[in-house]
Amino acid sequence: MADEKKKKLPPKAQAYQALQDKKEEKRPIVKNCMMAFLVGGTICFIGQIIMTFYIHFFPFTEQTAGNPTTATLIFLTMLATGFGYYDRLGQFAGAGSAVPVTGFGNAVISAAIEHRTEGYIIGVGTNMFKVAGPVIVYGVFSAFIVALIKTILTQWGGM
Amino acid sequence: MLQGKQTWIFQNHPVIISTGTVGGPYEAEGKIRKSFDILHDDLWLQQESFEKAQQVMLEEAAQIAIKKSPIQKEQVEFFISGDLINQITPTTFAARTIGVPYFGLFSACATSMESLALAAAIINADGANYILSGVASHNSATEKQFRYPTEYGGQKPPTAQWTVTGAGCALVAKTGTGPVITSATIGKVVDMGMKDPFNMGGAMAPAAVDTIETHLKERGVDHTYYDLIITGDLARVGHEISKELLHKRGIDIPEEKYVDCGIEIYQEDQQVLAGGSGTACSAVVTYGHFLKQMEEGKLSRILVVATGSLQSPLSVNQGDSIPCIAHAVSIEAGSDVT
Repeated sequence: MADEKKKKLPPKAQAYQALQDKKEEKRPIVKNCMMAFLVGGTICFIGQIIMTFYIHFFPFTEQTAGNPTTATLIFLTMLATGFGYYDRLGQFAGAGSAVPVTGFGNAVISAAIEHRTEGYIIGVGTNMFKVAGPVIVYGVFSAFIVALIKTILTQWGGM
Repeated sequence: MLQGKQTWIFQNHPVIISTGTVGGPYEAEGKIRKSFDILHDDLWLQQESFEKAQQVMLEEAAQIAIKKSPIQKEQVEFFISGDLINQITPTTFAARTIGVPYFGLFSACATSMESLALAAAIINADGANYILSGVASHNSATEKQFRYPTEYGGQKPPTAQWTVTGAGCALVAKTGTGPVITSATIGKVVDMGMKDPFNMGGAMAPAAVDTIETHLKERGVDHTYYDLIITGDLARVGHEISKELLHKRGIDIPEEKYVDCGIEIYQEDQQVLAGGSGTACSAVVTYGHFLKQMEEGKLSRILVVATGSLQSPLSVNQGDSIPCIAHAVSIEAGSDVT
């Protein structure tokens, strides 16, 4: 598809983009994947420690400890975002700090901080989900589709 | 005055009688930190917003330029300036404070040389005696407008650039002592269909090359005429590409005579990816660093080619390519101009 779009460009632009592609510094994909694995794994490991802590010292079970664990991780993210560390972590961790729930927290919190100067209603209220909003919209939508498929299969498929 | 189709020759020799440069905390750790007039260690400058901080920096740069000159603020006839924020409001508020008739410009990061070229053209045509030209940009205000929230942990590719927090002003006069503005070439919009807003250097390189080539041709000189050809904010990626493009057009400028403000401003170990960018980038490096070198006699003729990528967040989201522009201004040591 990208090639098709490029064909519509004038030849001069095509030639330039070919040259540009050669000179452009590419994203270090292997390094990014490794960093994502390590940092993402570390965040999940910390999450596991917190979860075990809640199960051991509080009346939570493996089924119910998920919520306080998520809340604690998001609280820690809030501090890390507010003090300006999470964006620096994100630059080298990439998906490793974006995919866990802390990444979602950071997306909401950073937008809330950013638009504070425009007031609590129009600024924070309107913009808080600017970055995280699509995750909610398409998360809910894909959950609905999956549930629909499951319903169809169990009701009419006789599974 | 007009020579060729895009070049003005200023035979009346408008003079830059003084400059003022302001930088932020990241610039204070940079390679050229010693050439700033004021450096702030607080990104907010004790203001309520980053936009207000940017406005204050522009006001400070203007004040310093006037203070360093032999004239009073009341003698300044026009203020020509612009920035990157929505409807250039930080500049407008600074113009309210400065209180002289004002031209507001937008050419993204090429605004610095656009304002200097216009100031020189007006003075050369007897339209004024003293014009203040300058620009400002703020890293966080720009990130907020064009990219993600400042504290958002998104990973940027190695081609991305770091917007300079700072402001640079030049006071241009009909007579006086200082470096002389000898010519200017106004660039055309060049669009090579590049769409990645995280690779502005790659998008802007063809515009810079087009303006450099036109300037040399219309002024009737070759690149050896200049001690230094300085691009605005192509940064590492765009700078390399522009060298290749210039080579293809038969302009082989030696490595040490072709530099970029986006590379000059920060240290190698500062985390700025490809390098600096922003309206203030070319202004603070030219007015602070290079004009000081000219004053010290290390340089006598420079060509500053400020480069701008003219996209908006809206145009990028709607899938449009990035239109780019470059404006060139030649500045020569006062004693050298005949």
